[in-house]
Amino acid sequence: MSETALLSVENVSVDLPTPRGNLRAVDRVDLTIGPGRTLGIVGESGCGKTMLSRAVLQLLPKKAKLSGRVMFDGQDLVRLDPERLRKLRGRSLAVVFQDPMTSLNPVLTIGTQLIETLQEHLELDGHAAKKRSVELLAAVGIPAPEQRLTQYPHQLSGGMRQRVAIAIALSCEPKLLIADEPTTALDVTIQAQILDLLAREQRRRHMAMILITHDLGVVAGRTDEVAVMYAGRVVERAPTPALFKKMRMPYTEALLAAIPKIDAAPHTSLPAISGRPPDPTRPLPGCSFAPRCRYADARCQTEKPSLSEAESRDHLYACFHPVETAAEVSA
Amino acid sequence: MATLELAIDEGIAIAPVARKRRLGPLFWAAIGWMIFIFVAAALVNVLPLPSPTDMDMLGRRAPASMLHWLGTDGLGRDELSRLIFGARISLTVGLCAPVIGITIGGALGMLAGYFRGRFETLVVGSMDVLLAFPPLILALAVTAYLGQSILNLTCILGVLGIPAFMRVARAATLTLARREFVIAAQALGASHARILLRELLPNVFLPLLAFFLLGVAVTIVVEGALSFLGLGVPPPISSWGSMIGEGRESLEIAPRLAFLPAIMMFLTVLSFNLVGDTLRALTDPRQGAL
Repeated sequence: MSETALLSVENVSVDLPTPRGNLRAVDRVDLTIGPGRTLGIVGESGCGKTMLSRAVLQLLPKKAKLSGRVMFDGQDLVRLDPERLRKLRGRSLAVVFQDPMTSLNPVLTIGTQLIETLQEHLELDGHAAKKRSVELLAAVGIPAPEQRLTQYPHQLSGGMRQRVAIAIALSCEPKLLIADEPTTALDVTIQAQILDLLAREQRRRHMAMILITHDLGVVAGRTDEVAVMYAGRVVERAPTPALFKKMRMPYTEALLAAIPKIDAAPHTSLPAISGRPPDPTRPLPGCSFAPRCRYADARCQTEKPSLSEAESRDHLYACFHPVETAAEVSA
Repeated sequence: MATLELAIDEGIAIAPVARKRRLGPLFWAAIGWMIFIFVAAALVNVLPLPSPTDMDMLGRRAPASMLHWLGTDGLGRDELSRLIFGARISLTVGLCAPVIGITIGGALGMLAGYFRGRFETLVVGSMDVLLAFPPLILALAVTAYLGQSILNLTCILGVLGIPAFMRVARAATLTLARREFVIAAQALGASHARILLRELLPNVFLPLLAFFLLGVAVTIVVEGALSFLGLGVPPPISSWGSMIGEGRESLEIAPRLAFLPAIMMFLTVLSFNLVGDTLRALTDPRQGAL
């Protein structure tokens, strides 16, 4: 763990009480991210990615219980008083949500939403805030930004709306941007544009970014480090090149295999991961991936592998039977 | 992964297309009637009308004439003048009472829907108590203790409207508070007050406004019913309800004395309902599409 980490999530667990019992959405997760770096969090639906990002922002549902520490810029967000936390959000910590249809207020104009965020945090007067809003919209690639200010979200396309959401998130020059599946709700052709935009703005502003996605392909060229999550736990963590060169966790391998390849012959069937993630209210005694894993044996059913650095100091995985053969990297 | 660079066409969607919604002649007729009634009620002191309380015992139930355009009532008072003065009372009560309801009920409903928990239970519970209380008994009790006046009448009707407004506001807030834009606002560091006033209120306001217009219509009818029963405005002030009540005595001789205020009330209530329904229809699909 480096000394200069901007954000470090230390042993964080999130428990949600449900009628069927306690649901452990995030299970003892450790993550760090340095200033200006990009961390990708990958995993399928319901594996705790979003809950983890909400835990970082302290925006969990009221009933959720969080344990562990979330250190951001030298302060523990979990124990920070609400007023200071509120000032930090938006100013130093910003989020881009999955669905720009619902993350913008339908009855306020783009301009109102941008200008009010700016005024809230930066104490700009109306004129300066408006000028800055136009600059921001132009920076995220929105044509005719002046006219956009008077428009409502429903008058824009999905891609445009996500650009507006990004502009709002970037408005106060945050140190950390959490992009929670920023392209899932968008058209495939728009996805690459939005991801490139995020990468460009990140470099320009030297901000750290957490890119949450279910698509290993998205994190491949755009992140410094990748954490693969399964059933609330981080099961493999490595620098992106190392991970794609030699992935050790069978789940990561299966995720990669499930991406359609452009050079595959037509009509080849896609190796999907069979089965479903385990019921999070009934944790398994052993490895949570064991029921779906083709390498699993008796030990995997009874004993939980811990996340350990078997290979090198920065490549960690939780598996008794790591994949030995180097996985093919899709170019 | 191949990167797609698509140039963004500078020309697209710069000019917003002005959308026209067809509102229909009925809507405009309703608006016209409302304007007519409001103007007449507002200008009642300037209009060359005879006094609504001057009695002419020799000309009781006189038919329409140049002096009394709509004739006189059972006590020889000018019918047209009483109708318009009555409109003033009916509209004042009809508008002010729902304002009390929308303010208190709307605020309570939004707070309950946003903060949930014990506060919500308390609010919903106390509203259920208020709903279970017979409204007529409440009106009787209040007028018996505090006396008959326009202010008291307005307050009673306003308080009776609070539960309905609370429910509408709470229902709208409940669904909206779970939307991502509220979490997004929190993630941007917005305070509770800001989220309630800037993010939620503009969204809740449209359904509340549509309900407000229906509330006006209902209140006018209820005020009429209370006045008819003698619980409304004290005589000799006229309101449509009390005029119908007075006209009942001479229903066989001069039915117009009961029917004229009834028609006025019918048209006004119908107008408010039509406008309220149209507004609701306009706001509903947009809510669903977003």
